Amino acid sequence: MAAMRSVKLSGVCSHAVRQMTGMNACRMLQQRSFRVNGVHRQQSFDPTDKPQFPGASAEFVDRLEFIQPNVISGIPIYRVMDRQGQIINPSEDPQLSKETVLNFYQKMTLLNTMDRILYESQRQGRISFYMTNYGEEGTHIGSAAALEPNDLVFGQYREAGVLMYRGFPLDLFMAQCYANADDLGKGRQMPVHYGSKDLHFVTISSPLATQIPQAAGSAYALKRENLNRAVICYFGEGAASEGDAHAGFNFSATLECPLIFFCRNNGYAISTPTNEQYRGDGIAARGPGYGMMSIRVDGNDVFAVYNATKEARRRAVAENQPFLIEAMTYRIGHHSTSDDSSAYRSVDEVNYWDKQDHPISRLRHYMTARGWWGEDDERSWRKESRKKVMEAFEKAERRLKPKPDLLFTDVYKEMTDNLTKQRDAMWRHVKQYKEHYPLDAYDK
Amino acid sequence: MAASARVLFRGANSKLSLSSVKSGSYNYLRVTLLTLSCNSHVKSQRRHAAHFTFQPDPVTTQYGPTQKMNLFQSVTSALDNTLASDPTAVIFGEDVAFGGVFRCTVGLRDKYGKDRVFNTPLCEQGIVGFGIGAAVAGATAIAEIQFADYIFPAFDQIVNEAAKYRYRSGDLFDCGRLTIRAPWGCVGHGSLYHSQSPEAFFAHCPGIKVVVPRSPVQAKGLLLSCIADQNPCIFFEPKILYRAAVEQVPVEPYTVPLSQAEILQEGSDVTLVAWGTQIHVMREVAQMAQEKLGVSCELIDLQTILPWDTETICKSVVKTGRLLISHEAPVTGGFAAEIGSTVQEECFLNLEAPIARVCGYDTPFPHIFEPFYIPDKWKCFEAIKKMINF
Repeated sequence: MAAMRSVKLSGVCSHAVRQMTGMNACRMLQQRSFRVNGVHRQQSFDPTDKPQFPGASAEFVDRLEFIQPNVISGIPIYRVMDRQGQIINPSEDPQLSKETVLNFYQKMTLLNTMDRILYESQRQGRISFYMTNYGEEGTHIGSAAALEPNDLVFGQYREAGVLMYRGFPLDLFMAQCYANADDLGKGRQMPVHYGSKDLHFVTISSPLATQIPQAAGSAYALKRENLNRAVICYFGEGAASEGDAHAGFNFSATLECPLIFFCRNNGYAISTPTNEQYRGDGIAARGPGYGMMSIRVDGNDVFAVYNATKEARRRAVAENQPFLIEAMTYRIGHHSTSDDSSAYRSVDEVNYWDKQDHPISRLRHYMTARGWWGEDDERSWRKESRKKVMEAFEKAERRLKPKPDLLFTDVYKEMTDNLTKQRDAMWRHVKQYKEHYPLDAYDK
Repeated sequence: MAASARVLFRGANSKLSLSSVKSGSYNYLRVTLLTLSCNSHVKSQRRHAAHFTFQPDPVTTQYGPTQKMNLFQSVTSALDNTLASDPTAVIFGEDVAFGGVFRCTVGLRDKYGKDRVFNTPLCEQGIVGFGIGAAVAGATAIAEIQFADYIFPAFDQIVNEAAKYRYRSGDLFDCGRLTIRAPWGCVGHGSLYHSQSPEAFFAHCPGIKVVVPRSPVQAKGLLLSCIADQNPCIFFEPKILYRAAVEQVPVEPYTVPLSQAEILQEGSDVTLVAWGTQIHVMREVAQMAQEKLGVSCELIDLQTILPWDTETICKSVVKTGRLLISHEAPVTGGFAAEIGSTVQEECFLNLEAPIARVCGYDTPFPHIFEPFYIPDKWKCFEAIKKMINF
């Protein structure tokens, strides 16, 4: 469809060229590249002949020229470390303490371990569904670390590391995935739909991009409270195609909301690659269209993510305006346990990112170079983290499911007459046919 | 789509705002009538007379001093009370800053500040999404959708998000402080996209409340209930009543309980159930039935469509043995079907005749055929006759 559009456009263009006197197509082509300072090339105008349109502040020109999107040499990608974990420009080194960096590393690897065990447990039929975060750990931890603990987080579904960084215990991750009686969400949602009021992480919902305009509304409310809080909203490059993304960008810009849009551009929306998702220069290029400050960062560089988010957060609150961060990364895992990505991408491609450009190994190179982390540390940490995850996992698996009454609560704040009747009717029925219902698995 | 609507109605309202904002008694319908009578097709274009006569309720004194207000002014009064008492309250939507195309927010921006009463970009899914987020963060969010006909881009935000927020988070998060207001129902010349009554779409969605008032007094009380309610509410305002309905409305805040139908007239032979504008049609029908057929009708205003008051309706049908439900929306899958189904379950042995539905036809809302489309008093009267003679 996008290709058809460009064909049409050039058709219009050549038509226009034919109509114009004194300009040949060759000259036209030379001048089609987009220039920000295009006004300087204009002929002198009558100074009183300024455009008066309410919709734009711009100058008139007397040459027909379409603006060309620049996708060949796109928006640059900010990074702090190279792929070997070397700081490129010392002035950009966030100079985080050893303790902080080790915490980054441990959270990234703990997330990775949790993913492996839960992914495997789904394969064994012990939980119904799972989504791994492989390869995107840097975007989670780098951004989470740059926020204040009470900044409100709207996630999409692949941001478990943000919640982990904030201290969500393994027991609660597991309880949610097992939908057991300890699940804060009361067993109502599929695995990975976490939420925590205490940690200011709004519960995940499956529809994509719906959180984006909501984040704008929350940021507006927080701005009015004036308590130095910001909102961060995560989404993927696929979700950015939804109408809600447009709504959220435009509302937050026009209504001046202290909000950080954090796009995890991981290359795929399930199977759809980015070149079938958009035709412009990624997501960051859309920022200027909304009057929004934007940056593209290397999402596999946890320090780059940290620096960009930190500065965006500072300015978003100080200036009451939204910021857009596009973190370039790669989804190493399948979309979910319902997906097999070998159907649409090569093993070599995945291996490159897993072996050559992984956020965890990059940070480890950095730590190793400073003598902060050795083989022994790695071995004992792996063992320890695996043990922690397995303990939580086994505990969650043993736990009963929530009591069936919770099927009917929280639809409304109060129990309605209708729902009370339906609940009672369900119990009458279930008691009558109790051998057909798995009552033993549930809390009483 | 929404843009053309804006042009149409802005045009109409800019005329109104010159002459009628203060007086509030100007008949909205007449604007079009006047312009139409200027052209040569007067006869063919002459508008059918209004299909109902608004009947004010007896003046209430229980809520303190009253003031003469039409329905849009009573909505403004409710919003004014809310902004005054709740510093977190914000009101937003397309064109609300200057007072709204139906004048419901007139003067509020000047009184409470531009951070509390503001325009949004023209994007319904954004308005509702933004409202949900504001409510989640603790603000009282009052969103205006310019016409109920344009609420559908926000359908996902309402149905998948607002309605499920509390449930899916195990009550960790909710958007109960969100109220969505939207002008609703036929207006005489609104055609496909300025006339719809989409309440049944939302009645299929657990987690939200859907409310339609019949009058200025009810509108203020029910709107304040929706705003105070800890669940997301959709408040549909019968736009034909904005100016046509005038009552003595209490100036101070008061609430009318949600999910409680109101018996407006007691009777023994037929139960009539309706909401919004259709209540006024039914009032006349009840009178006609009494005068022409000697039939005693019990008229009930459902008021809250979801969750609805089954008890009041069923009790009434047990007494009368007959039920007529009427709404402007198309009959198939309309909310009358839900009421009818529940009543036959609960009152099967009490029924003396099949439950009757007089509703819109299963067509889009038509323009020039509106007089034929709407469930007017003659169609309702005929339905009663058939039920009595069954």
